[in-house]
Amino acid sequence: MSELIAQLTEWRTALERVLPWWWPRALALALLAGGALMPFLVSEAGDFMNASVIALAYVVMALGLNIVVGFAGLLDLGYVAFYAFGAYCVGWFGSGFFFRAHVHVLVSKVASTLPGIHLNFLLILLSAVVITSVAGTIIGLPTLRLRGDYIAIVTLAFGEIIGVTAVNGQDIHLGGGMTLTAGNLGIPAVDPPYFPGIGLFSQLDLRPWYWLIYAVMVLVLVVNLRVRDSRLGRAWIALREDEVAAVSMGIPLVRTKLLAYAIGAAFGGMSGAFLGALYTSVNAGQFAFSFSIFVLAMIIVGGLGSIWGAVVGALALSYTNYYLIPDVLNEVPHKFGLNFNLTQLSFGIYGFLLVLVMVLRPQGLLPERRRRLELTEAVASSETMLEESG
Amino acid sequence: MPPAVARALAALRRHVGRWGLALTLAALPLYYTIFDLASGYPAGYVHGSTVVHHDLTRIANNLAVGLSNGAIWALIAIGYTLVYGIIELINFAHGEVFMIGSFVAVGLWGTFGLGLATGTAGIVLGLVATLLVTMLVCGSLNVLIERVAYRPLRNAPKLAPLITAIGFSFILQNVGLLWLGGSPVGVNDLIRQGSTVFSISGLPIQRGYVLALAVTVPLVAALAWFIARTRMGRAMRATAQDPEAARLMGINVNTTISLTFGLGGMLAGAAGLIYALYQTTIWYFQGFEAGLIAFTAAVMGGIGNVRGAVLGGLIIGVIQALSDARLGPEWTEAVVFGYLIMIMVLRPRGLLGEETREAG
Repeated sequence: MSELIAQLTEWRTALERVLPWWWPRALALALLAGGALMPFLVSEAGDFMNASVIALAYVVMALGLNIVVGFAGLLDLGYVAFYAFGAYCVGWFGSGFFFRAHVHVLVSKVASTLPGIHLNFLLILLSAVVITSVAGTIIGLPTLRLRGDYIAIVTLAFGEIIGVTAVNGQDIHLGGGMTLTAGNLGIPAVDPPYFPGIGLFSQLDLRPWYWLIYAVMVLVLVVNLRVRDSRLGRAWIALREDEVAAVSMGIPLVRTKLLAYAIGAAFGGMSGAFLGALYTSVNAGQFAFSFSIFVLAMIIVGGLGSIWGAVVGALALSYTNYYLIPDVLNEVPHKFGLNFNLTQLSFGIYGFLLVLVMVLRPQGLLPERRRRLELTEAVASSETMLEESG
Repeated sequence: MPPAVARALAALRRHVGRWGLALTLAALPLYYTIFDLASGYPAGYVHGSTVVHHDLTRIANNLAVGLSNGAIWALIAIGYTLVYGIIELINFAHGEVFMIGSFVAVGLWGTFGLGLATGTAGIVLGLVATLLVTMLVCGSLNVLIERVAYRPLRNAPKLAPLITAIGFSFILQNVGLLWLGGSPVGVNDLIRQGSTVFSISGLPIQRGYVLALAVTVPLVAALAWFIARTRMGRAMRATAQDPEAARLMGINVNTTISLTFGLGGMLAGAAGLIYALYQTTIWYFQGFEAGLIAFTAAVMGGIGNVRGAVLGGLIIGVIQALSDARLGPEWTEAVVFGYLIMIMVLRPRGLLGEETREAG
């Protein structure tokens, strides 16, 4: 096994020597272009298209969480809170839920006659970014003094409190018969996104949804790549590696940590708002702890702290969960004469896959270069380390 | 800032750290005690009008329910705290081991032929046998999980075993789902847990409470003795302090870690049995909920500390009972977690926490 890995590594370095220096960038661009053209190859409202749209939304989530957990090293188990805030932004500002209000900004003709608050989808995204980054900062505040798993438990607690509040929100009255949320009944009939010139998005043609979330994902990806190499990104990584040393080098602890929470939360909020609109209703039941775990699993499977790892991990896990298990493999047991559906086992299969991937490749599918060096070259002399990372 | 003001501020901060926590924890019970005494509570209807009582019975009842519930959380929390203390891993699958414990216990009653018609002697014998087998099964299950999912990752990045823990948690939940279906299942109320054993000035002490304490107290005492006095317990403490040094001193670290998982699993199994007898409903998701609460209890008490886990479990139980009875069970989770955040802000290492390797 180890010989095989050594052989593969050898081939890989040989390949890297042959290819020009810009090939990773060319590869990334080619993949991005291919992703943008993908909807032309599959049916416009089929299962695969649906799974792809959801998968891209999860990529955005994973990229956001990767900033908090991967870059800054703050183990956040309450990421679902930002999904909830984002989705409720759609519920609050893009439906007839606050039926006493009559606010319409740049919406379709149909929506502009309805009661409630109706904002253009881009404004909703913006509001989601603002609200979630404030929420992220507030959630981050009590964790500033804490370390390691204690951060995990406090963020988990916040996530659960938000979830419970969402479920019981119909008992929180805002006056005029309006409540904070609609609990498990869900806020129904959320406006689909509308853009002048393109028209209303519909469930029958998922392509516009795909390109919208694709654009968001590319934006988030670029922000991620640029921020990682910026002063802020390096400050996060320094804090992650050694908090005491980083602070004594003059990195402002409070501001740096809170910025990680806020930016990570903002991405989660954007994706949450998109998913809220895609699912056409905002139901409190979906804001469960398992969601936070799902996104965390994506970035760990992909390789913690690695941007492309987060993308690959998110795609792999969400396609497995939303396409492979329910649509492709579901009927397999029947073919062997077994009397059950695979969806009944989806949890178990999913858990088994997580265990398998981690036991075989604990550093993740596409580990961050810094981490790969730490793991594989731990015994190498410091000179070669400097050479390779320089 | 003048030095006097600075000194006053420092003193204030010290006092907030020390007394703020005590005040926070005492807030709910104190508030409801005063509330019951001052404005009273409806205690029933006589001739169409509500009878209002002004006494301590209701709050005492809440406390009794809370402490017996807390005994179950304490047993599970010990499992979390032992494992965290020794390998610094949040064993997410632990709640599911507890759930499997409940399922195994209920399955064994059927096998042993225990039912509502069984005589007292039969019930007692049957339950003791069930307890032993359940503890054995859950202990072995936990050891197996460690062997398969955590040991290969001993030197991997710190979050990798967390993911395998979550993976195993999903697998076990799926096992529970296939075993008894997706909704809560009622089980035979073997011990008639609601019937009163005796009452102390109007406060009925139910069989369920007695059972919870009668199982928990000896088990915790035995565990405390094991850790403090035996050779293997000493090996556990040494490994928790410094695995590398322990290995150099001739301690078999792998065996010790397996032992720790075994002990935690056994306690979770016992908790599973009590839960089934006491709540009389079981379902596949109970482990997840209980796991979160018990983990909160472990952190509240100071993770890595067995006494802290017991204390945290009892406190969480009381908070939960008060919130269930007064605010409504749908808010309980939020209240419990709200308390957790306050404790983390006021005293990050928990109530009895020592300085662990990770959390400073």
